[in-house]
Order: sequence, then structure tokens, then C-alpha cells
Amino acid sequence: MPDILHFEFMRNALLAAILSSFACGVIGTYVVVRKIGSISGGIAHTAFGGIGLGYYLGVNPLLGVIPVSLLAAIGIGLLTRKAKVAEDTAIGAFWATGMAAGVILIGLTPGYAPNLFSYLFGNILTVPRSDLLLIVLLDFLIGALVWLFSKEFLAVSFDEEYARVSGLKTVMFDLLMLSLIALTVVIMVRVVGIVLVIALLTIPAAVARMFSRTLRGMMALAVLFSILFNLVGLWLSWEFDVASGAAVILVAAFVFLVTGVATALFRTKSA
Amino acid sequence: MSREVITCDRLGVVLGGAPVLDRLSLTVYEGDYMAVLGPNGGGKTTLLRVILGLQQPSSGTVTVFGAAPGHFPGRIGYVPQRLFFDRDFPISVHDVVLMGRLPKCRPMRHYGRDDRRKAEEAIETVGLTRLTHSRVGTLSGGELQRALIARALAGDPELLLLDEPTASVDPEMKTTIYDLLDTLKERHTIVLVTHDTGTVGHSVSRVACLNCTLGMQGPASSLDTAVLESLYGHPVEVVLHHEHHSGSSKPDDRHA
Repeated sequence: MPDILHFEFMRNALLAAILSSFACGVIGTYVVVRKIGSISGGIAHTAFGGIGLGYYLGVNPLLGVIPVSLLAAIGIGLLTRKAKVAEDTAIGAFWATGMAAGVILIGLTPGYAPNLFSYLFGNILTVPRSDLLLIVLLDFLIGALVWLFSKEFLAVSFDEEYARVSGLKTVMFDLLMLSLIALTVVIMVRVVGIVLVIALLTIPAAVARMFSRTLRGMMALAVLFSILFNLVGLWLSWEFDVASGAAVILVAAFVFLVTGVATALFRTKSA
Repeated sequence: MSREVITCDRLGVVLGGAPVLDRLSLTVYEGDYMAVLGPNGGGKTTLLRVILGLQQPSSGTVTVFGAAPGHFPGRIGYVPQRLFFDRDFPISVHDVVLMGRLPKCRPMRHYGRDDRRKAEEAIETVGLTRLTHSRVGTLSGGELQRALIARALAGDPELLLLDEPTASVDPEMKTTIYDLLDTLKERHTIVLVTHDTGTVGHSVSRVACLNCTLGMQGPASSLDTAVLESLYGHPVEVVLHHEHHSGSSKPDDRHA
């Protein structure tokens, strides 16, 4: 293993795996306990419009993803909470609109769109240093906001009506949480791509929940699981020369399956 | 006359085109222990939601502590009918009760030592100290109900609002919960809504009957079975003063 660390891309890949796992475990915990995986999937797919925007403007596609995914988060949030649009309708509309906008913008961009596939399915082996810096900044922002609002986020997640009765502006905290999911999507685009984001936002946290008694513990454990899945996936992709994003997801899915089956067996036994 | 805590004046609420509450006038005074009785679908929960500021009235006015509902969240402790939550949620009884400190704790601050102490006191008051660190999903119906009462108490409220506090609780536990409320009535104004008429004589100071409009409002001793029977449409057993068994034969729906 150490000899693969001679390559700069491999060192970057390991850093990306660890840094992205932080956001992924912390925000993924909220996604799992609030059961908002499908909204997260909607935000991630809408972000494809942002990648198209980045290509069209000739800038780093991640810079296009930031505003578009935030727009998706706020848009889906407001439509469902203020305009009373059914949640799956809002998600579907944003999802397809974002993908359509992305396809058209890429089509309008002269020449061939390089690396398009890697934005869809991720390629942790091609993460440039500049993107690592962006990931670090977003990690800090996400960590700081979750720290500041941890009691509000907990209250909104556990019992939204009670939070509202207690005088919390729950819609505001909802939108803030969705925005944090959007920023996590930005981080994960390089690692697993927008199509596969949803698995890393849910599986590490879902596995962590089986062993956790507090939300904070679940977050810490989810970060560790996410790092584990990333490293094992990265190693498999290196050994067998397969796509790294897909390898990471399959490792995660395998562990999820094993722990799920084990829990089910344990529960039937003890019941 | 003591201070008015809740005043509803010709309150009307229309939900989806149907009137749920119609010209309801009701006053709750400081120190009251009031039971609002009424059949399922009679608008009891809606009344509580209006008082909490979760539901806008369609007509009439409501004031709580002299202001519009929702204005003083820190002075009200709310105990919902049954917490609809994910039993796998990783949270302890202590942390649920700590949420009761939410209106008292400033935004962007974590709960402090004082908040924790209040939460622990509230847990002790409801007799759940043994389960302080248990995951809330492992509690029985009665234990969960007491945890929710503790959450409401942790915020030092003047007014306690309880929605069907015994709906998901087995008969023995009902007694425990009403005994608990008995001890709380000294320091809190209490309003509870229930369809369980067996609770009426249970040391409440006033009874209000609700079936769209308020049928009667008065001291518990003046409770008239005829009024209740016309309200429910079938004979109603009313048990006064510390005789616990009610006429209700509703199956026990405790989910342990």
C-alpha cells in the first residue's frame, strides 16, 4: 500500500476521501433520521444543471454546482413548505429540470465536454488540489453551522411541531439544513458523482444508527464508516482497475446488507 | 378574580370547508385545572392548536397571557397526544426532556448546566430517573407519556396543555398520570383535553364540554350526565372523586 502513496493523485484521493467523509457523515445523519433521502437525491440531480453551467461559462464545474444545488434546496423546500406542493412532485420537477438544463448547456458549449462522466459517477483519482481546498472550506462551513445550531437541528429533526411551539422558525432551519445538504453534494461530486451521492449520504449514517445512542455519536460513527468505505473502494479500484466511485458505493452497499441481515437475525432471535 | 390565562371569544375554525369550532367562548383563569371533554372529532385538538398558535382562527379572537397565541412560547408547556416519532431515533430521555428548555435557551447557544439541572428535576418529578439515559424508543406508552410531561415541565411553564394524556396508556398507568397531574396543579394552570369521561371527577377544578360549541362550563361537581349523554349520543358514566375506573371500554393500545 505505501508505494501507491508516491503518486500525488493518490495522496489527493486519500485526502478527498477523508475530507468529504466529514460532511457526508454529519449531514448524512440528518438525512437518515429525517428521512429526506429523496429530497437529497433531487438536489444532487438538479446539480447537473450547475455542471452544465460551469462548462458553458468555462469555469470549474463545481463553481456552477454551488449556486444551482442551493437553488434546488431552497426551491424544493419553499415549494413543499410554503406553496404546499407535494414533495415528490417538487423533487421530480427540479430533478428533471436540472438534468435538462445541464444537457442543453453542455450541448451549447463548443467542443467536446471532457470528464463529463466523472461528474456523473465520480473519479476520486482526478481530484485536483484546488478542489481539495474548496472541500476543506465547505467542511468548515458545514461543521460550524451544525455546531452553532445543533440544538435547533435536533429539535426540528426529532419533533418539528414541538420545535415550532417552542418558538423556533422551523421553516428557516429546514431550509438551512437543505442548503447544507446542497453544499455536501458539491463536496461529493468529485468523489462519487451526482448520481451516486445519495448512497454515501444515506448508507454510512444508516449503518452508524444501528450502533448509536445519540445523534452526535451517530455522526462520528458515520464519518468513520464513510472513510472506511472510501478507502476500501479506492483500494479495490486500484487493484482491479475499476471505476472508483462505483467501487466505493458497492463496498458501502455490501456492508449495509451484511449489517442489515445481521440485525434482522439478531432481532428475531431476541424477540 | 384571578388573572385570565386563556380567553377565547366566539372562536371559529373552518378546516377544509367544514366548521371544526364554531363560536366558542371560553376563559381559563390562573390556577385552573380544567378538563375539556368532547368526543373524537369534536375539535379538542384543534382548540389546543389554536391556543398554541399552530392554527389560525377563521373568526373570533383568542388571547393567551394577554397576547396573540404563539407570543409567549416559554410560558406554555405542551404535551402532545402521542409523539409520532421514529423509534430508531438515537436520542435519550434526558435529551428529549432537554428540548423543553428550547424557548429558554438563546439561539446559537448549547444547553447549559442550568438547563440540564432543570431537565433532571423534571425527569425526577415524573419518576423516570431510572430511565434517564435510555433511548426514548425503548419506552412503553406510559413511560413515553411521562417523558413528554417532563419535557413540558423542564421549561418552567405557567400553563400546561395536555392533549389526551392517557390515550396511549394502560389503565393502571392512567391513575399514575392523573396522580402526577394532581401534584402539578398546585404550581401550574392545567388544561387537558380528553374524550375519556372517567377522568372528569378526578380532582379537576372545572369542566368544559366541547362538541363544536361549548356546551357547558362550570365546576366539576356540577357535571351533569344528561349534558354529556346528549354530547356523546350514548349513555356516559361519570365517576366523581378518586374512583378510577371509567365506563370506557376502549381497547388498550399501548405500543411497547
